Amino acid sequence: MNRDDPLLGPAGPEVSCERCFELLDELVELELAGADAGTLLPGMREHLQGCPACREDFESLRDYVAQAGEA
Amino acid sequence: MVRDDSHAWVAALRGPDPVRSRAQADLHVLLLRAARFELGRRRATLTHVPYGELDDLATQAAADAMVAILAKLDSFRGESRFTTWAYKFALLEAGVKARRKAWQGREIPLEDDAWAVLADASPSAHQVLLDSETLRALKRAVQTELTQHQRAVFVALALNEVPIDVLAERLETTRGALYKTLHDARRKLRAALTDAVPMTLAGGET
Repeated sequence: MNRDDPLLGPAGPEVSCERCFELLDELVELELAGADAGTLLPGMREHLQGCPACREDFESLRDYVAQAGEA
Repeated sequence: MVRDDSHAWVAALRGPDPVRSRAQADLHVLLLRAARFELGRRRATLTHVPYGELDDLATQAAADAMVAILAKLDSFRGESRFTTWAYKFALLEAGVKARRKAWQGREIPLEDDAWAVLADASPSAHQVLLDSETLRALKRAVQTELTQHQRAVFVALALNEVPIDVLAERLETTRGALYKTLHDARRKLRAALTDAVPMTLAGGET
């Protein structure tokens, strides 16, 4: 069994869904700018790994902002 | 840092009429476009929904997003563009509505029949639960370590992959509260598995 398992979730510390939503726009812009978002926003990557709904929200915002050319 | 256009958006949305009304109308256009984008992405799960009803969902999502944005305008910290910050509300509202619509009328599986599927799954499909001993230990831990509520939430979300927003609606709770329950359940299961099987599983914290 892997440390980061879809059933058991991320092994490391993670933010809550509420905190994830607060930081989602920042994470997207950092990612689209090529910054090391995982280091700058600790716990976000881990949460997105464990929470499919927040991960979908992240992917939607990233893709929408990217196609809108706003980053 | 807040960018100039973000300053302009916030100032206009806080300004007097007709500036505020015009800003809200402009923002509504952006939110509706984002909501339609999200529902378009999820079209495959909504094939049973007529186009008109889908567009109504987009309109409702944009309206709900507008309410949330205006209520939370003071929390905009300028760490991103205002439009990126605003889009996330529209995409969230549209995504939640789409998930709930896709599951409308469907029963939520709260039983653990999915164990058999997991046991038969190929490694590429599940990537993880390769070892029957581990699977047995996990199944045992779900029965012995979790509270009834934790077990129901774990089985629905992790085993049966019920969307968390759908379960939240049925249980009249929130995504965050359910995820906290899932997180606590996962932490217990990790601890139990660390004791039960000869491999190390580090536990996370929210």
